[in-house]
Amino acid sequence: MTLDETDRRILNRLQDGFPITERPFAQVAEEFGIPEDDLIARLEAMKEARVITRFGPFFDAAAMGGAFCLCAMAVPEEEFDAVAEKVNAHPEVAHNYARTHRLNMWFVLATESEAEIAQTAERIEQETGIAVLQFPKLQEFFIRFRVAA
Amino acid sequence: MKLDTIDRSIITATQSGLPLVPQPYAQIATDLGLDEAELRARMQAMQESGIIRRIAVAPNHYKLGMTANGMSVWDVEDARIAELGQQVGNLDFVSHCYERPRALPDWPYNLFAMIHGSSRDEVETLRSEIAALLGDACRGGDILYSTRILKKSGLRLRQQKG
Repeated sequence: MTLDETDRRILNRLQDGFPITERPFAQVAEEFGIPEDDLIARLEAMKEARVITRFGPFFDAAAMGGAFCLCAMAVPEEEFDAVAEKVNAHPEVAHNYARTHRLNMWFVLATESEAEIAQTAERIEQETGIAVLQFPKLQEFFIRFRVAA
Repeated sequence: MKLDTIDRSIITATQSGLPLVPQPYAQIATDLGLDEAELRARMQAMQESGIIRRIAVAPNHYKLGMTANGMSVWDVEDARIAELGQQVGNLDFVSHCYERPRALPDWPYNLFAMIHGSSRDEVETLRSEIAALLGDACRGGDILYSTRILKKSGLRLRQQKG
């Protein structure tokens, strides 16, 4: 899909927010001087072409209840795949990345409570014999990140 | 803000996105058997309390040419991390920025900033911008590139217990 100037403006504008009103698309379309149905059709096309991965509310997972923790392990190369399998088998492991460092496996634990974070980390340590370092967030900094379209 | 069952049903109904129809909130309200005005008021309240961070488009970084990213990590003086962490968060190429505990002696870093760019070279250039910004409040840094996604499952709202 080739994006035209209007598509790019829509992508840039809609990263900043979308109104909670009766006819929100009509309201935003007006800013671009295009009809409501054109805006909707463009969003549909960009979603279809996977230029847009998601359009909707972004929730603060922690505010909804639950505990999260970034964890890391230093896994010997020859055991890497076997350890990945053991770690990923836990439903509490939300995502897991191989990274370039001595600490080469980084994953996020998502559980109902703080206590379960510690319990899951401990279980993974027992199953793999490798220490699980825990890096809970102490402070989150406000972000201005936008993907320039 | 305390979420009730109705708020949770709204979260569940909108987690995968808003419908692309002229009146998306009316449609969700109908699906949930709610009044549209009430649904919008509840979403507004969730947005004001920060449960909804924002309603927005998430563009696909890769399709827009942002194909490289790296987790940069820094050992920043504790006394200055609040101020400097916020300055790093304000950089438009940083998508996540957190203070996290060090794990000494293995891990001296307490500031994590995810950098996005169009190439590994660009990410390295942006990383040196952060180093310059942190200046002598920073005792060292590193960058970790992801080589493989081993697991990726969306964060789902869990069932509320009693």
